[in-house]
Amino acid sequence: MIDERFDAIVVGAGMAGNAAALTLAKRGLKVLQLERGEYSGSKNVQGAILYADMLEKLVPNFREDAPLERHLVEQRFWMMDDNSHTGLHYRSDEFNEERPNRYTIIRAQFDKWFSKKVQEAGAVVLCETTVLELLQDAYGKVIGVRSDRISGKIGADVVVLAEGVSGLLGTRAGLRKMPDKNNVALAVKEMHFLPQETLEARFNLRGDEGAVIEAVGTISQGMTGMGFIYTNKESISLGIGCLVADFEKTGQTPYGLLEKFKQHPSVAALIAGSEVKEYAAHLIPEGGFKAIPQLYGDGWVVVGDAAQLNNAVHREGSNLAMTSGRLAAEAIFQIKSRRDPMTKKNLSLYKKMLDESFVMKDLKKYRDMPDLLHIQAQNFFLTYPQLVSKAMTNFLRVDGTPKREKEKATFRSFLTARSPMGLVGDAVRLARAWR
Amino acid sequence: MSAEAAVRVEDKLYLNRYLVDSGRAHIKVRPHAKPSAELLSLLKLCPAHCYEMNSAGQVEIATDGCVECGTCRIVAEPSGDIEWNYPRGGYGVLFKFG
Repeated sequence: MIDERFDAIVVGAGMAGNAAALTLAKRGLKVLQLERGEYSGSKNVQGAILYADMLEKLVPNFREDAPLERHLVEQRFWMMDDNSHTGLHYRSDEFNEERPNRYTIIRAQFDKWFSKKVQEAGAVVLCETTVLELLQDAYGKVIGVRSDRISGKIGADVVVLAEGVSGLLGTRAGLRKMPDKNNVALAVKEMHFLPQETLEARFNLRGDEGAVIEAVGTISQGMTGMGFIYTNKESISLGIGCLVADFEKTGQTPYGLLEKFKQHPSVAALIAGSEVKEYAAHLIPEGGFKAIPQLYGDGWVVVGDAAQLNNAVHREGSNLAMTSGRLAAEAIFQIKSRRDPMTKKNLSLYKKMLDESFVMKDLKKYRDMPDLLHIQAQNFFLTYPQLVSKAMTNFLRVDGTPKREKEKATFRSFLTARSPMGLVGDAVRLARAWR
Repeated sequence: MSAEAAVRVEDKLYLNRYLVDSGRAHIKVRPHAKPSAELLSLLKLCPAHCYEMNSAGQVEIATDGCVECGTCRIVAEPSGDIEWNYPRGGYGVLFKFG
């Protein structure tokens, strides 16, 4: 028995779920959104960087009242060994524009704001409600959900699964497989609070300017992984993530890795004296194009992290989530407008729209990167950072050794560590995967 | 190192807000005589150090400090070692920042 009916039910209120619910509600559909947290954002974890372009498509004037932390004017990539980092920094005053492109945000606060927009658009948002299962008819068509809050069943023409990376409901209903441990990273993160002036002085920032540091190297102990430091207004989001399968193999603890990252001489000074106010952990889809599951079926679509939509090379996820949520909603609206049923065939429109967008084009471009970086982790995350560091020391230290000998020593260190074929092979593989 | 790290992770969890659903653990470990490799890996892999070995050599879980990342589900649900559900609506970790 189905007690109540909606045009669409959205499960989850993260970036993808909110984008979908907002778009559906704006298009006049009767939408129910279910979220297990006490409010949208209370279960959501991200670095976090927000990409303005994708949010503008949903809330054009978001800059007026969204809780934004800092707009980014500087990006630092660090290659680290145990005592040093070799950096590539890019800073531009052009990022101080009227409508900046990237901002740091704090998800619990941002999502709460986003959810308010969803409610204002007319969606029914029920928090503190865990969806227990998807309801399917005898033919496997998804016809609604059962939750732990409302007694009875809730029916809908279509269910939008924005349930996050592990995707409990969809995997349990057999709509897709659980993500493989070789294709997800576990990231741990802390929120470090500092007085605003101290933070701005340490990162060379003025006003609302922000900086991002992303670091690879010995900090991940040979695992495929990355550390990150994002500046918020009065806090620093600091974390590190590595592939789950790598953690399992090495027996490293995530918090042990985080502590070492914090103690690194290049990092310690940036957070000295800070007050830590939260510790969080989250899974990140890293499988790229090849790990994308079936995205639609009779009565359902899947969006965001649950669909494993994440660009590991550019570390973009929330924008892919927002875009997939919006496109799924647009597809549903078009099908609804034609008074067509929400069949697998009709909902393939969502996949078609996604294929034509930057989401699938970008993921397809980098389809071979995960294989390269996950399998050759030792070389890219341990050997090369150490070699580069040695080369830099060699280059900079003035000790009476003739320069030609220094260069030879540097060259030899690369050859011994990786062999001529290894070096050429890595370069070719990287270039091909990047293409 | 692991004992030392365990102490530190408890200090970290102390910073977080939780609404614990007493008596309703959302993750259950299947009773076992000898833990599988998957279960053993969770002793180190769980970022909240929820998994611990008891004196009988079995792996146990205390979900109070769970940050709901889902890592143990990915690792040990396929082998049937654990059963993983979301906490009831409103319960579990309540991120202030996220």
